[in-house]
Amino acid sequence: MELLELSALQLGEAIKKGEVSIPEATGAALKAIEAQNGANNAFITVTAEAAMARAEELQKRVKDASSPLYGVPMAYKDNICTKGVKTTCASKILGDFQPPYNATLVEKLTAAGAVSLGKLNMDEFAMGSTSETSFYGATKNPRALDRAPGGSSGGAAAAVAAKECWYAIGSDTGGSIRQPASYCGVTGMKPTYGTVSRYGLIAYASSLDQMGPLCGDAADCAAVLDAIQGKDFRDGTSLSGDYDSLLQNLTGDISGLKVGVPVDCFGDGLNGEVRTAVLAVADVLKDRGAEVVEFQFPVMQYVVPAYYIIASAEASSNLSRFDGVKYGWRAEGYEDLADLYNKTRTEGFGAEVKRRILLGTFVLSTGYYDAYYKKALQVKAVIKRAFDDAFNHCDVMLTPVAPTTAPKLGDSLSDPLQMYLSDIYTVSLNLAGLPGISVPCGADKQGLPIGAQLIGPALGEQVVLNAAHAFQLDTDYHKKGAK
Amino acid sequence: MEITEKMVDYVSALSRLKLPEEEKTRMTAELQTIVTYMDVLETLDTDGVEPMSHVFPVKNVLRADEVQPSFPREELLKNAPGGDEEAFLVPKAVD
Repeated sequence: MELLELSALQLGEAIKKGEVSIPEATGAALKAIEAQNGANNAFITVTAEAAMARAEELQKRVKDASSPLYGVPMAYKDNICTKGVKTTCASKILGDFQPPYNATLVEKLTAAGAVSLGKLNMDEFAMGSTSETSFYGATKNPRALDRAPGGSSGGAAAAVAAKECWYAIGSDTGGSIRQPASYCGVTGMKPTYGTVSRYGLIAYASSLDQMGPLCGDAADCAAVLDAIQGKDFRDGTSLSGDYDSLLQNLTGDISGLKVGVPVDCFGDGLNGEVRTAVLAVADVLKDRGAEVVEFQFPVMQYVVPAYYIIASAEASSNLSRFDGVKYGWRAEGYEDLADLYNKTRTEGFGAEVKRRILLGTFVLSTGYYDAYYKKALQVKAVIKRAFDDAFNHCDVMLTPVAPTTAPKLGDSLSDPLQMYLSDIYTVSLNLAGLPGISVPCGADKQGLPIGAQLIGPALGEQVVLNAAHAFQLDTDYHKKGAK
Repeated sequence: MEITEKMVDYVSALSRLKLPEEEKTRMTAELQTIVTYMDVLETLDTDGVEPMSHVFPVKNVLRADEVQPSFPREELLKNAPGGDEEAFLVPKAVD
């Protein structure tokens, strides 16, 4: 059996049936990591010994397994707190940080029988769209090693694409799960804000941050979400409610589903090959009984500025905790307390993080607050209303994930604004708190994957996953291996 | 909106950052490009629109007022770059 070719659910099934042992699967993944990490740098930390010990222990209790993901090896983005395991946020300043606790999500997946293989590379503090701002070196796209894997969850997307683990957990503040999923040709989902507890996720922009799965297909995403969503008293913004099993209700039946195509998302600035591949998704869904409707979505030019104002403002506040006192790295040769702060932060943060801290501090400062921060919160309300209107016309929206396929390594770092603009199709969902999935839907002439985004209304995970699943039942883009 | 080096100095001081001259010059130019782009928001009429901080109407979330165990002090202090068994240590702040 080609273990690494199985989906997470298929592996879980094989483990349950006794066809594969958990140590066998874990060993195969560790071997794949060892063979490829030197080239793609998807992992910052590999916890090989702990993973094997955990696998042995889980194997003893395999008879009691209840989760369909029991024993399936996976990995976490390195901004998710794992007790006693280095959690660096791909930064220098948190280089030696060993959290004294697990994120709620880690506790939940551990209870479901997950085997953690280690921690995944990312943009420093999740700020970036290419995973090149990591203090530990850029992650490379396994589909083409001279290309960026996207970001900020680039390590997560790369590890799944390179089949080094069966699924990964990333975080998404403005597209950081969906965009790398698109660039690497895997399926990644940002759930509705509040459905997955953020306790233990090192905050970038708290009102936008959300964790979610990167997997081989939509069914695996449904299984992971079933394991991680739910109300958590440690996260005041987490939502209570009925969390029905998304996997059990994944029918692939989309007859009568209204798929909305916002024409403003297919205009100037979108690469032609991407446009064609994404619009072809509508045709596949139509063949399965969906109805396609077009409408205007006249807020696209405002989403990126509103997003970067709000995200930077929150980042400037959240990152004030990194001061060289309570945890992390401390600079040497300081004269007094203020100098300790200044030196630690100036030498401890990378350029992109400093840029956002400065930008965020600027938009919150006296005299500029109303023109920028308050204005952005008003624009956020306008964007939320535009989505409410859109979902009066349709059940799911179909858009591109990114305007192009994966850029060459190095191309994005030289022009920060250009990098921000590439987030145009993803950031609006974070502003409105909505669920969205990125599904592979083709490749460009160079063989680089293209992703399509399906967006649902708040708490519309099921309808989003069902549409994605229906698409994947009729296509095999998600099964195409590395180039 | 024009971004000057003086503004960058001010914002840096608020952020507890002290950029070397060269980095400051580069940052000023980059922030200028970004802020100019953000000024597009001026073209959207938002008169009378209530600023929205959270999208879902979740307010005043309270938990039960029950004592929960706190983290062991020595565990938390393990991550402190300057610290002993009892406290975080910093340079003297008040004479």
